[in-house]
Amino acid sequence: MSTIFDYNTEAIAWCPGCGNFPLLRILKEALVELGKQPERTVFVSGIGQAAKLPQYIKGHMFNGLHGRGLAVAMAIKASNPELTVIVNSGDGCIFGEGGNHLNQQILRNPDITVIVHNNQIYGLTKGQASPTSGKGMETPVQVYGVTNEAFNPIAVAVALDASFVSRVFVGDAKKTKEVFKAAVSNKGFSLVDVFCPCVSFNKLNTYQWYEQHSYNLDEQYDPTDKIQAFQKAIETIKFPLGIIYRNPHKKTFCESNIAYEKDKRPLYQRNLDVEALRKLVESKKTL
Amino acid sequence: MDDLSIVIVGQAGQGIQTVEEFMVSILKITGYNVFATKEYMSRVRGGMNSTELRIGSGKKRVRAYIERIDLLIPLHKNAIEHVKHRISKLNTAILIDPDMIDTKNYTEYNCIEVPFTKIQKNIGLKFINMFAIGVLSGIFKIPKETVEFYLKIRFELKGESVLSKNYNALNKGYDVGEKVKYNVPEMEKNTNVANEILLDGSQTMGLGVIAGGCNFISAYPMSPSTGTLVFVAQHSKEFGIVVDQAEDEIAAINKAIGAWYAGARAIASTSGGGFALMTEGLSLAGMIESPLVIHLAQRPGPATGLPTRTAQADLNLALYAGHGEFHRIIFAPGSIEQLFLLVQKAFNIADKYQIPVFILTDQYLIDTSYNVSLDEMYIVGVDHAFVKTQSDYKRYAYTENGISPRGIPGLGSGFVRVDSDEHDEWGHITEDLRNTRAKMMDKRIHKKGNTIARLESPIPLTPFGSTEFDILIVCWGSSFLTVKEAVEDLNHPKLACVHFSQVYPLPKETTSLLEKANTILLIEGNSTGQFVKLLKLYANIEIPTSQLYLKSNGEPFSVEEVKKFISLHLKKRGKKD
Repeated sequence: MSTIFDYNTEAIAWCPGCGNFPLLRILKEALVELGKQPERTVFVSGIGQAAKLPQYIKGHMFNGLHGRGLAVAMAIKASNPELTVIVNSGDGCIFGEGGNHLNQQILRNPDITVIVHNNQIYGLTKGQASPTSGKGMETPVQVYGVTNEAFNPIAVAVALDASFVSRVFVGDAKKTKEVFKAAVSNKGFSLVDVFCPCVSFNKLNTYQWYEQHSYNLDEQYDPTDKIQAFQKAIETIKFPLGIIYRNPHKKTFCESNIAYEKDKRPLYQRNLDVEALRKLVESKKTL
Repeated sequence: MDDLSIVIVGQAGQGIQTVEEFMVSILKITGYNVFATKEYMSRVRGGMNSTELRIGSGKKRVRAYIERIDLLIPLHKNAIEHVKHRISKLNTAILIDPDMIDTKNYTEYNCIEVPFTKIQKNIGLKFINMFAIGVLSGIFKIPKETVEFYLKIRFELKGESVLSKNYNALNKGYDVGEKVKYNVPEMEKNTNVANEILLDGSQTMGLGVIAGGCNFISAYPMSPSTGTLVFVAQHSKEFGIVVDQAEDEIAAINKAIGAWYAGARAIASTSGGGFALMTEGLSLAGMIESPLVIHLAQRPGPATGLPTRTAQADLNLALYAGHGEFHRIIFAPGSIEQLFLLVQKAFNIADKYQIPVFILTDQYLIDTSYNVSLDEMYIVGVDHAFVKTQSDYKRYAYTENGISPRGIPGLGSGFVRVDSDEHDEWGHITEDLRNTRAKMMDKRIHKKGNTIARLESPIPLTPFGSTEFDILIVCWGSSFLTVKEAVEDLNHPKLACVHFSQVYPLPKETTSLLEKANTILLIEGNSTGQFVKLLKLYANIEIPTSQLYLKSNGEPFSVEEVKKFISLHLKKRGKKD
């Protein structure tokens, strides 16, 4: 199916079978179904295979530095709240190099969506452990197996009271699209951790493995219950999928920033009040 | 005598800062020219700090640090020792409290007894600074209305009780001060001066940021840059500025670049250690051709170094920071007026040429205040350089001057695609080395480089002193007014100084001007001669080591030491003749 977000697909540099392919397709469909316009959407990324996604989708693009996508995305939204801002990057970029940017942006609650292509491995650098790699996984660097605990982004995001916390498996297109749509529609910081297999370097966490090691949360599950969400967040034998936590009562960064209290326009549309400046300078008669 | 130097010394927490702000303010309102600077330890309580107030007659501008102390007010038993190297038996009067300081050690000095300790018991420990302000006001016979007027401005919001306690302490001091046997030299007052404005470097930097049209600041607090963030934050409501205290400097610079991308004007304000973390982001700005203004407030390093002291040792850092090759401009203002002008220029230049522009300040400039006339504070105006895009928009279109029109997302029908990878005209990632990479390097480095090279320095190189000079003193950044005063004092028929407010790229007239001198002396606040090397590299001017005055102990240059250094060379020259 073609969409208004189609762009430059002939340039795609992903391996055949990569989880990024269905993710890209599902994201484009979700945005179309939400009525989003490429002209009003900014795709931000860091560096990595996942971070190439903005190259292949129509819209504005900021392909920045490894780990720094969230800082950039927060500032774009803070400068122009009228734009839809979506970050796509991998587990290494967002949980590793950019780990503290993730924590600190959750606390600010900018109205952005962060889609983590979590394949539990470093793809672009060819197969080293990532923060989410399971304990014991052997790689060319972790020769005797991973000894770190696996990073648990869902538990961290719930603990930080993120506005929207979710996890999906890209092999389940229907559920993934539903959660993408809810995440982009959510007013506030939305995290979507996507199990997104790397077919070249992760021979452990395959499509089949994810299917066997996850389950969908049922209809009765209430994501606004924080204690329950935390219980779900620490389940790691079989990972729960869906919207795990949401707090709809939070103000966004812009809603609580004084620069937008009276004037809702994007910053670029505003002009310096030269008269007020002159008065301020003239008022400096004393220290 | 037409200028006087007062130094107050005490512990952190005693309110020395308040004395400084109070005294420069009310002395200026009275019609004197004023100057203040401070040196302090990196601690919130204790230690030993001092502040210098220079008072000039209504006719004499005072704008530089001097070592000489005419009137010393020690507020702690160790205070005199702290500035012993600066006082003289002949010229310094000390307001001494025998209950605080053992006067036996200072019998040869002109000591005037003032009972700070006794009064302190009476008015409360917290108010010793207000008492000292009272004493000084009494000595200078500043009209009580003036003192009360300023007291109200400062304490109005703190309630009647705070106001009256402070007033009480101040009043007691005033009574004591009036009776102090210290003859204030007769100095003319000037009502024009009374109406002038009074600014320190921090506030001026903040005003420049606002005047530059900045509407986004994300910064992590670090001395001596923090004051800028504070000032801008305090005016953020009035001017609609988004303020974000960043989680670290890496985030701060990435946010600044993100904000510029979305059409805001942003600044990354920090000190050396913080800027070291920003170098990756600086390189990003170079690659994606983002405008960026960086305030690098220098302090001595390496590492944590001396957090509250001054230095000019991050020139090389600013010059060479960032992996890969890209252009930058570095301003190093030497005065309050230059600072205000250059920050505004930095925003317009960064916007137009899509490059990082640095403002190099330092603790001395940031913590220095003096009065300036409104005419000296030039408002430049905001020249936005972004364009409305068409549907066929290419962010990195090849152009003759190397500058591709910069669109912003949401304005127009085009797409703004920027990429930290090497990219083509549309911003697509590319590894087409022979064609696209070569053309992009030509655009970013050569074409844009030529365009930038044609720019005039906002403040032309202007020699001060003799027009017939054969000895030329070169300085840059915050030492300007110190060197200028030294040269004016020496008033030698063959002596002049020149200040570089733009240190990179060097102003075009650099070589021709410097070649006019037989002898070049250079003064800078580092130990390796960073600007000396820059002059050699980019202007082919060689200055022998014996003609350098390098200082890196964390103190600012004083007028006296600069005069001494120049005099030594004037003597040598005399011998040669």
